[in-house]
Amino acid sequence: MHRVVERIRETGDVVTLCLEPVSGARLDFLPGQFNMLSVFGVGEVAISVSGAPRDAGPLRHTVRDVGAVTHALSESAAGDLIGVRGPFGSDWQITPVNAGVAMETRDVVVVAGGIGLAPLRGAVHELVAAQREGGGRVFLLVGAREPSQIVFNDDLEAWARDGAKVMVSVDRATTKWQGRVGLVTTLLGDAGFDPSNVRAMLCGPEIMMRFTARALVDMGVDPEAILVSLERNMQCGLGWCGHCQFGPLLLCRDGPIVAYAGLVSRLLSERER
Amino acid sequence: MSRPARTPDGPRVKAAGPVAFGLDGLDALIAKLSESGYEVKGPVSRGGAVVPGSISGVDDLPAGVHDEQSPGSYRLTQGDDGRLFAWAVGPGSWKGEFFPAHQDVWRARVSDETIEFTEAVGEAAPLAIVGARPCEVRALEVLDRVLKEGTYRDPRYADRREAAFVAVVECASPASTCFCTSMGTGPGIEEGFDLALTEIDDEGGHRFVVRVGSDDGSEMLDGVPSVAADADDLEARARVLGGAAATMGRHLQTEGLAGLLARNMDHPRWSDVGERCLSCGNCTLVCPTCFCSDVHDTTDISGESSRARAWSSCFDLDHSYLHGGAVRASSSSRYRQWMTHKLSTWWDQFDTSGCVGCGRCVTWCPVGIDITEEAASIAASDGATRVSLPSTRGGS
Repeated sequence: MHRVVERIRETGDVVTLCLEPVSGARLDFLPGQFNMLSVFGVGEVAISVSGAPRDAGPLRHTVRDVGAVTHALSESAAGDLIGVRGPFGSDWQITPVNAGVAMETRDVVVVAGGIGLAPLRGAVHELVAAQREGGGRVFLLVGAREPSQIVFNDDLEAWARDGAKVMVSVDRATTKWQGRVGLVTTLLGDAGFDPSNVRAMLCGPEIMMRFTARALVDMGVDPEAILVSLERNMQCGLGWCGHCQFGPLLLCRDGPIVAYAGLVSRLLSERER
Repeated sequence: MSRPARTPDGPRVKAAGPVAFGLDGLDALIAKLSESGYEVKGPVSRGGAVVPGSISGVDDLPAGVHDEQSPGSYRLTQGDDGRLFAWAVGPGSWKGEFFPAHQDVWRARVSDETIEFTEAVGEAAPLAIVGARPCEVRALEVLDRVLKEGTYRDPRYADRREAAFVAVVECASPASTCFCTSMGTGPGIEEGFDLALTEIDDEGGHRFVVRVGSDDGSEMLDGVPSVAADADDLEARARVLGGAAATMGRHLQTEGLAGLLARNMDHPRWSDVGERCLSCGNCTLVCPTCFCSDVHDTTDISGESSRARAWSSCFDLDHSYLHGGAVRASSSSRYRQWMTHKLSTWWDQFDTSGCVGCGRCVTWCPVGIDITEEAASIAASDGATRVSLPSTRGGS
């Protein structure tokens, strides 16, 4: 059981909930993992942790108001109780700085579409910190439907200040928008990472990940070095309920983060409808 | 008239060799299970079908009941023989006894300070099954992989399963829709039971050959009137199993099947079967291994909330619901999900087939879709793809 200590409005329909445990220790997690959040009497939903393990602060989840439970979560206020089960699933395989393990020196390109930046936020925090310590260069490419839907603007500025290359593109510009317009894939060529020595982390709409992964492979990126975060209906997080099947994968158990190579590239190109 | 067989292992293992008993022996076994604290269930004829139900003796078992099954059709007939197990599996599998169609998970009450949870735990007596078929025992083992032996153990399922006593009855009368021989799940069984019975009705009389599969099984036989099975009994058992295998109604070519389906995800047969499939979900409800469930929270007027889980079906549109719509919107994609899961991706997920060849999905499909026929059709045109017409809505 957790209590909401702060609700941060990110965009018109996206909020970040900051949670503290009512009792007991803070939940350990790895960037990319998810929790099952429940609202009393409404239901439960899988939401990725959007905080970074290195932050000592409250547990953060960023939620878009799209259904009954996410609506109730979005409407919750400081002091409200939220059920938290987890963490579940695979992670972005980030080696934290000072973990006593050799620093990953390959470039890393992080591509996020819309609220897809939320499950990546903790990873980017770690990667930017690692870059300062001599780790690989960080390229963060963010796509959003329109400027008002870009999340974590303060973080984007901070990461850019701290040395990451941050590029943002919107599908539809408004009159005030001075930045790039077009799908996030259009940023890949101009980012400046070394395709032969880069790993990639993608999270966003499935079609965005499919085309981004294909474009990366076309540029010469090793498919094994591309991680994608997949999503299906999740109801238990325990591998029992069967809803999160994606071909042979049970995403709560085998995912949500999986390598693009082989099986997943095939699954992403098969029509499920 | 108890006469435990002697074995080379010594006198402590009672009745380790096969024994034989008649109806009185079976009646005594049921009574002993009941006296030992088990809730005894077995096949009963109810509502025109053979389904799991409570039994207190042989009189509750479906004597003389036979069945006629074909795609989309199930009928019981009454014979004047006294055989108790002369039918093939009906619509109700034993799955529901361990993984109920609806089950409370917890109840909770909210206050200003916290939410108090009360876990819903079953207080039911341990279950003894008399008369599960070999394919059904194999199906429970498939479910075990999902709910008992995965990363997380489902205590509701696993506790009840581990406490259960299983007396299996080998199959003598497969239906036209059965294909357990293809799946290696029947008609006989060699392990995974406490007791295994084979019903024999020949010139030697109406009797059961009983093999012991566990210490519990051995213990339950103690005091039950039986004799050591003789060579005639064992030959009769072999004849029963041979006859059942020979009259198996259907066949599924399993060699290479998982790979065949995995590489034929765009086969035109999926569209064809999608045109026939009603997406009613009958196949998943009667399937002894389908494990999908929904988790629902409900609140009542007193301010209490409860969480329950209930069987769900991959044929429901909501099964694949993801912010704004279903991932699998067509019947074709849902049938493909179900069948490829049973026969192909189940191997990837749980290292076993998800199908035991019980034939229920064939019998209970209202339009008679036959999983063996669908698989054979794809095998016969391996590699065919759906014709893609130029789309006016742009590629996807």
